[in-house]
Order: sequence, then structure tokens, then C-alpha cells
Amino acid sequence: MITGSNTDAAQMKPPLRNIGVIGWLRENLFNNLFNSLLTLVTIYGLWLFVPPLIRWVFIDSLWFSSAEACRDIEGACWSIIPNNVSFIFFGFFPEGQQWRPLTAMLLLFALVFYSKNRKHWRQSLAIYWLLGLIVMGGLMHGGVFGMPVVETAQWSGFPLTLMLALFGMVGAYPLGVLLALGRRSKLIGIKSLCVVYIELIRGVPLISLLFMSSVMFPLFLPEGVSFDKVLRAQVAIILFAAAYIAEVVRGGLQAIPAGQYEAANALGLSYAKTMRLIVLPQALKIVIPPSVGILISAFKDTSLVVIIALYDVLKTTKVTLSNPQWMGYSSEAYLFLAVLYFVCCYAMTSYSRRLEKELHAGH
Amino acid sequence: MKITRLIALVAAISLLIGGLAVAGKDFDAVKKKGYLQAGVNGGVFGFGMPDAKGVWKGLDVDTARAIAAAIFGDADKVKFTPLTAQQRFTALQSGEIDVLTRNATRTLSRETQLGLNFVTVNYYDGQGFMVAKKLGVKSAKELDGATICVLPGTTTEQNVADYFRNNKIKWKPVVIESTTELAKTFFAGRCDVLTSDASQLAGARSVAPKPEDYVILPEIISKEPLAPVVRHGDDQFRDIVDFTVLAMINAEELGITSKNVDAMLKSKDPVVQRFLGVTAGNGAALGLDEKWAYNIVKQVGNYGEVFERNVGPNTTLGIERGLNALWTAGGLMYSPPFK
Repeated sequence: MITGSNTDAAQMKPPLRNIGVIGWLRENLFNNLFNSLLTLVTIYGLWLFVPPLIRWVFIDSLWFSSAEACRDIEGACWSIIPNNVSFIFFGFFPEGQQWRPLTAMLLLFALVFYSKNRKHWRQSLAIYWLLGLIVMGGLMHGGVFGMPVVETAQWSGFPLTLMLALFGMVGAYPLGVLLALGRRSKLIGIKSLCVVYIELIRGVPLISLLFMSSVMFPLFLPEGVSFDKVLRAQVAIILFAAAYIAEVVRGGLQAIPAGQYEAANALGLSYAKTMRLIVLPQALKIVIPPSVGILISAFKDTSLVVIIALYDVLKTTKVTLSNPQWMGYSSEAYLFLAVLYFVCCYAMTSYSRRLEKELHAGH
Repeated sequence: MKITRLIALVAAISLLIGGLAVAGKDFDAVKKKGYLQAGVNGGVFGFGMPDAKGVWKGLDVDTARAIAAAIFGDADKVKFTPLTAQQRFTALQSGEIDVLTRNATRTLSRETQLGLNFVTVNYYDGQGFMVAKKLGVKSAKELDGATICVLPGTTTEQNVADYFRNNKIKWKPVVIESTTELAKTFFAGRCDVLTSDASQLAGARSVAPKPEDYVILPEIISKEPLAPVVRHGDDQFRDIVDFTVLAMINAEELGITSKNVDAMLKSKDPVVQRFLGVTAGNGAALGLDEKWAYNIVKQVGNYGEVFERNVGPNTTLGIERGLNALWTAGGLMYSPPFK
């Protein structure tokens, strides 16, 4: 009998107030006086803030109306986006030709998505990218298959942002690795050149480089000769990001134990092979998190081209806001942009986390 | 070696800035290129800004189109380079653009030290003040102790400081970087006064929740004659740009519009005949087609039309002609004879 009553006690459920939602609440939110107060204050704060926000964003808002209709409402006027969508996204790209940057962007996304899977990291991937870039270039520039030529001066909006960011990263990474290797070189000439370059570039803000490329640089050229404005900005971004990547990669190189170098020497590997087969694969893996940090900031830094009057997606939005019709709705437009930037940056970070996990070799 | 190079570079820059190294023949270069490269403002509604379809609109933009019409007989043979305030003069000096039509104020130092030629003014602007009607202020002199919303780092900020120091009035600046945010701040009541160029104030007022609650004070505290600019070194090109602006004004004086210009070709008035090239002479003198003025008026319009279309009372900006009216109507727009 005694054992039986014990079984009963074991089968008895714990009191309701210790389990389930209530139990969790008691455990985490109301476990002492201070936490209870904090919880109440937070709830009150949310109560004050969230319902009006939801009202503003969803209930009182207009999504597809004219600017005039927006004057009479209390909520958000999201109509600014659909009404100006073609200018915000594609800027000066001629109307009727805007399917071209759109297709190019979709192609780019498809390529990026395909490259995410490490199983696809074969030689064929490089060929796909090369083909993809040629097609994208053809689509943007035109002049083939009866597509009218669109000069780079007219490339603007979101494709420009993506292009500056992507080519900035792709161009900067190898350059950064070379600089990092150069900085650790025993050849004094190469070493000092790399140190000077890195410190010089890191010592000035990106804005000053962009200004140099767009304002000072043309003065040195003979009259009539002018380099493409977009190209100049692109080069400035690559040079800038490379200096930062170099320092990050150098950190990774220094984390590789000397034993690895010695082992490579003992095997009789040349410098190039040591680096390519042993040191860099390990070093680059270590520096994935800080590299992605730099890539993300490079992506966001592209918006600085505003100051040299390139129309990236931020500038096209700002121009839309200069129209008196839409001048009052800057919060909506900037929120939209924030979401756009966030989606891009979040995709990058989540991918880098996955890559880290997959490449983790367990030491 | 390095030092001599550096010296050479410095010398090159100073020569360029001095305008001495700039070659002539800008006009030939433009003709050879087949289009005009014009520097414009990228974000001032009514003066130079792309619309929702990416098509350039504005008074300055139309001025550039008129120059293209004069040179090529086709107002579309112009490409626009949006420029920031910092870039604009360098872009002109370096030859990146042929002409700058970007609401630039003509000043002595710009004309001399930067090596530029400003031509006839295409818009007379000036800095003004806007206040809420309920303050009951009638003049800027009554603004003692006011908080004033102003853009940083522009002549605007300095003009206010100078004006109030001269008049011994105390004020407090509220400095905000962007034009749109500046207007929003003002309408939210964070400052008593909004100061900017009068043309901008009109635009800002049009987006107020209740435009009728605000007044623009009568004082204009600065002179801002905005004119197209070319670089030193090619007088023929300068003349062409100058007389393009003047032709638009002259057309309005003569009552020639884009609508009646074809009928005006048959006019018996010798002045009109000379102007439209029915009687030859003007075109050859400028090195242009005799139809140059006809093309300007036909394709772009006279000054009044361009004004009405971009900034006039029936647009969102709703600016009155004021100083920009013809001299016959009390304004400053005056054209020399076309003969």
C-alpha cells in the first residue's frame, strides 16, 4: 500500500501555478518584486507604443493612393513607394528598358543563391559566374541584340547599389589578401609599400577617397579625357575596402601556428603552395566573421556615393522626397529603405553563420 | 624625381584653377561630340530634378535644352550630369561638362578666381523668411529672440547671421542637414522661422499641412542672381549660351511663344523677322544656324512659358514672377536688341 500511495504522488500533476504559461511567467517575469515591477513597466511601455504604431503602419495607412489622398489621413502614406517605384529602383534607366536591370538583378540573385550550396563549388561555378556577368553586363549596357545602349551615367537605383557593393567586395577581397601577405613579407620593399598603402587608406574616410576620385582626379587629366564616373567610385570603394580586409586577413595569418609553416617547409612546398594549400585556407576560415562585418559595412558604405551625385537607391529615394508632392513622407520612404538594407545585410550574416558551421573542422 | 613631379602637379592644378590652361574651342568640341553635356542640380524641384520616370524637369534643365536647340536645332541633344554644390565648378573647370545650369549664384570671386564666366541671369533669387501667421510678425525686424531653422554650411546660414548682427537682433539657430527635414521640423513647430532662398520657401510652404497658416516675410536679405556658367577661354561659346538665355527673354518681350512662333514667321515686323532668322544675320554672327532662335522658342518656349511650366503660380511651387518678370512688368528681365 505504501508503495501504491507513492505511485499516486508521483502521478499527481504539479500545481497549475508551477507549470505551463503561468509557471513560465512566474519563473521568468514575476520571480521577485523588482522583476515584477520591470515587467509591468515594460508592458505599459509597449501598450503606449505598439498600438499607435500598428495603427500608423497598417490601419490608418494608405498603400496605393495619390499624394493628395494622403493629405487627409493620420497614418503612414506608403503610396510614395508604388507611385515612384520605377525611379527609386531604376533611377534614370530609360522607361520601357527597365526589364533589363530587373532581369540582371534576378540573374544575380539566382547566381548567389546557387553559389550558396558548397556542393556547387566546382570549376563550373566560375564559368557560370563569368557567363552570368557577361549577360548582366550586356543587359545593363545594351548595344547587342537590338537593345539600345544605356550609358553608365544612367545606371542608378538599386542595381547601382548592388553593383558597387558586389564588385567592391569581389575586387577588394583578393587585393586585401595580397596586401596582407605583402605586409608579412620579408622583402622590405614590398612590406613597406603595403604598410604605407594600408595605413594611408585606413587613415582617411571613404568620403575623402570618393571626393578625390570625383573632384580631384579629373583635374589631373588632359581636357576632354574623362573616366567613367561610376568606375571611379567603384575603384575608390575597392581600394578602401581592400585596406580593411588586409588587416583582417593579417589577423588570421598570425593566428596560424608556426608549426604549420614549418611543416610545409619540411615537405618542401614553395611559398605559393604553402600559402595556397596550407596557410590561407585555415586563415581565411578564421576570419569569416570579421570579413563579413567588413563586407556588410562596405555594402552600406555604397550609399556614400550620394555625395558625388551618383544615384544609388538612397539618392533616388531622396530625390523623390524633394518633390513637394511627396516631401512630407520621408519617414515612410526611409523605413522602406531600412527594410531593404536590412534584408540584404541579414542575408549576408545568416549565410556567413552557416558557412562557419559547415567549415568548422573541430579544432 | 618625386618632388619635381609633385611640383608639376601643383603647378598643373593652380593653372587649371586659374583657368589659364583651359583651351578654347569648347564650341568646336561640343559640335564634334554631337551633344551638350550640362551640369544640373539633382534635387531641387522646379529647377533641376528628375521626375518619377527619370525625365529631367526644371527651369535650369530647360535652359540647357534651349542651348542644345540653339546649337543643334534639337532640344534633346543634351545629356545631364547631376552635380553637388562641391563638385559643380570643378566639373566645369575639368571639362567634364560644357555648361553649368545649376542655380549657381554669380559672384565676383567665382568669376575671377575660379576662371568662370557667368552669363545672363535666368532666375533672380534671394533669401527670405517664413513664419507662422499666428505669430503676427509683419517684418523680419520683429524676430528678436526667435529660433530659426537653417541649413548648415551654406551662404544662407551666414546671411542670417550677418543680417541679424547688423540689426542687433538676437536669434537661435536650429541647424538641420536636409531640406525636407528642415521643412518638416519647421511645420512641427520646433522653430519659429524657416529661412532659405525665396524659391525654396515657396516649395516648402506648398507641402505644409495648412499652407494658408504661413506667411513669407517681405524682407529679402541677400541677392542671389542665378545664371548659367561656362569656363573662360571660348568667347564664342560664351556668347551662344548668353544669347540663348537672352533669346528666351526677348521672345517673351516680342510676344512670341512656342504656340504662335510658326505664325510669327510671317510677321511683317522687321524686329521679329531678324529675331526668328527670316532676315538672316544673327545666326551667322554667332556661328549658328539662322533658325537658332526659332528652334529655342519652338522646342523649349520663351522665358515666361518656361517659368510658368516649372515654377509659376500654377505649379506646386506657385512662385510669382516678381523680380523675374519682364522689365516692362516691373521685373529685371531685359534683353538687348537682337541685331
